[in-house]
Amino acid sequence: MSEAIPQSPPRVRATAKWPGLTVLAVVLLVLPFLAGNDYHYDLMIKIALTAGVAVGLNLLVGYAGQISLGHAAFYAAGAYGSALLVSHYEITPVPAMLLAAVGVAVLAWLVGRPILHLKGHYLSMATLGLGVIAAIVINNEDQLTGGPDGLTVAPLSVFGHELSVFGSYQLFGLTISGTQVWYGIAAGFLFLSVVFALNLIDSPLGRALRALHGSEIAAQVAGVDTAKFKLRVFVISAVYASLAGSLYGYYGGFITPNIASFTHSIELITIVVLGGMASTYGVILGAVILLLIPQFLTGFQELEMVLFGAILMAVMIFMPRGLVPTLARRFQKEAP
Amino acid sequence: MFSEFFQFTFSGVTLGAIYALVALGFTLIYNASHVINFAQGEFLMIGGMGTVVLMDAGVPIYFAIPLAIAMSGVAGILLHRLAIAPAKNADVVTLIIITIGASIFLRGLAQVFWGKEYHALPNFSATESINLGGAILLTQSLWILGIAAVLVTALGLFFTRTALGKALLATSMNKDAASLMGIKTGAILMMAFGISAVIGAAAGVIVAPITLTSYDIGIMLGLKGFIAAAIGGLGSSTGAILGGLLLGLAEAYTAGYISSDYKDAVPFVIILAILFFLPNGLLGSRAVERV
Amino acid sequence: MTALLSVDNLGKEFGGVHAVEDLSFQVEKGRIHSIIGPNGAGKTTLFNLITGLYQPTSGSVHLNGRSLAGHQPHELAPLGMCRTFQNLQICMNMTALENVMLGRHRHLKQGTFTSLFKLPALRRADQQCREECAELMEFVGCGQYIRHHASAMPYGALKRLEIARALAASPDILLLDEPAAGLNRTETDALREVIRKIADRGITVVLVEHDMKLVMSISDQVLVLCYGRKLAEGTPEEIRANPDVIDAYLGNRHSREEATA
Repeated sequence: MSEAIPQSPPRVRATAKWPGLTVLAVVLLVLPFLAGNDYHYDLMIKIALTAGVAVGLNLLVGYAGQISLGHAAFYAAGAYGSALLVSHYEITPVPAMLLAAVGVAVLAWLVGRPILHLKGHYLSMATLGLGVIAAIVINNEDQLTGGPDGLTVAPLSVFGHELSVFGSYQLFGLTISGTQVWYGIAAGFLFLSVVFALNLIDSPLGRALRALHGSEIAAQVAGVDTAKFKLRVFVISAVYASLAGSLYGYYGGFITPNIASFTHSIELITIVVLGGMASTYGVILGAVILLLIPQFLTGFQELEMVLFGAILMAVMIFMPRGLVPTLARRFQKEAP
Repeated sequence: MFSEFFQFTFSGVTLGAIYALVALGFTLIYNASHVINFAQGEFLMIGGMGTVVLMDAGVPIYFAIPLAIAMSGVAGILLHRLAIAPAKNADVVTLIIITIGASIFLRGLAQVFWGKEYHALPNFSATESINLGGAILLTQSLWILGIAAVLVTALGLFFTRTALGKALLATSMNKDAASLMGIKTGAILMMAFGISAVIGAAAGVIVAPITLTSYDIGIMLGLKGFIAAAIGGLGSSTGAILGGLLLGLAEAYTAGYISSDYKDAVPFVIILAILFFLPNGLLGSRAVERV
Repeated sequence: MTALLSVDNLGKEFGGVHAVEDLSFQVEKGRIHSIIGPNGAGKTTLFNLITGLYQPTSGSVHLNGRSLAGHQPHELAPLGMCRTFQNLQICMNMTALENVMLGRHRHLKQGTFTSLFKLPALRRADQQCREECAELMEFVGCGQYIRHHASAMPYGALKRLEIARALAASPDILLLDEPAAGLNRTETDALREVIRKIADRGITVVLVEHDMKLVMSISDQVLVLCYGRKLAEGTPEEIRANPDVIDAYLGNRHSREEATA
């Protein structure tokens, strides 16, 4: 710019991320004190891992405005990929998880290239097709994957120490159970997922991604190669899913083709739209709600699907932006 | 050798006729409202399961079938009234998710009230199969082909010969112009959902003696019908029928000659291949984006 | 003086209809070049052809001597060309300032890992970009909206926001598609000043506009289109005196007043 920029303190700053992250950290640290038993821990671990996937999927769906009805395929690819790398190639779990993530990234890049120029219905069709094919392959290649019977996964081990749910560990003189260690891993994963997602959204790359949703034409005129950026966010969100899938496998010790199913893909997309499109904290709430619903339906399990469908419809009809953004907007309007 | 081929072809055409009916349902709703109705498969389920449940309650089959189909028609109209119409000006993704929600909701209701078991409907004819030069043909397949042909013809006549059908076509071409011409477009859209649900339920009934029926039968049938419609270019009725037949044949040949394990993957592989190379479907028109 | 933008025998057909036909003109560096014409004269189509949103049926477009044929729309910003839109293209899911910062896209690092970790270099560059873009918003006269969300801004301000975004790309040539449409007199007067200041910065401006008073008061050159063809070209004085132009605009009371004013 030709004019000299006055050397005064900056008048415009990026929105601070630390208040939100501090609240999240505090919640994640306090929750163990509220957990009464291993069952609570189990639920929290599953919620944290699922929320992590949803945070990644939200980058694609909520921020960049693209749709994926097949994200469970990447989750399953991460879970099966790392499990098989450990059992067949004797790779230790952590590198196996990273290797699986690289594999999933390559896979997402390969399949994303031809399909991401599609829009709306056709993109949903293509991602749905990929998801269904992945589920069918996992079901049928039973010599490798165990088929519908599932696959046993070796536990996570770090520097030769096995981290089993059933173990008991000494840390700084405290005795903690394997489940508690796993809670730490899952909470850490979620926290990092959020940090990375927030960093990304508020970067030049993130602005380009959000512009894909806001106005593709504006993005192009500003010099954004839209096809390339759609592909990048698709790959990034697939890697989120892959890592969470690997952790889920190590944690549970057993995986079935259900994690690749169309239903699971729909569950993930539901979490995103329920909690809030383009709201990172919103989708965490979405995961909490969706995974807690079955807990309140003990004795009425059959109603789970009815309720699930009704919630999905009601949210999309009455608050298509999702819970958190809609409520936030209402709150802002009421405030002076 | 030839009789084998003939048999695969025959079962492929039968399957294709069902997919074509599902695809026609998708096309009808898509044309009228630009909604991809992911709950289309559930109409098949309501048709099949409804008939089973009514027959269990002692209703004779010739009453049970029309009743179940009518029930599906009502479900279709309610779907439009309660879920699609209130979501005015929603974008594509939102509408897709609403109909996915509806499909889960309907499946859930069926599971609660009708149970999770698989049921078979009796064959429409007393003889189950006939032997034709070494090929064994199911008589139910002949019923399916006959009824599908009648439905397709009736639908064609409805669009070209009746005022209502023409009003529906006009609405699908230009909603605003149609409503200026005095067509009640709201009622027309509701009718499109109703008819689509009726066609779907009819398909669900005629296929039930062969494939069995259960609360979750709609997922795969619905997805495959959607693919058939997409192959035809979304919105073309001829395309939907051709797409359905193509899928049915491809699936039957794969099951017969390659591997029956992977027959369910065939439609999805085909649609991906088509989307890779022909992003607007086989018979779809190229849309120009206006700036 | 050499031409910065050169359009030669350009043609575009839509199913047999010639939206633009055998059109040639040149825009010299540092000038304000306006394109006027009745509705449907092909002005916006011409912009879409120049900026790669449409592919021409015939002819060519050169920027700085480089052919723009076959370029994707996103490849034009690096070549020094940016534009605004008649019907706004604002990202309503972002803040006003972020919309402008989007314009700076090609000047900033986009690496996936740099972005995920928000490395200090990126953070600094982004903060500098933020301040520069806030400055740009003040330059175009919508400084009071720096902290607003784009969806909370009035129409007139959004038009200026789009100009700020285009400027953020530091273009050599800026194409403005009806920037005054929908603005009132005061806003249009302010816009005139903004366009002048842009030209003073050495940025070439191509302006498509209906507002004759605006066009006649700031243009160095005026090109008149009619049914996709060139009707006349010259300085505002020449255009005002051109009988063909007066003919084409006859019946349009508003414009006739302007033309004889």
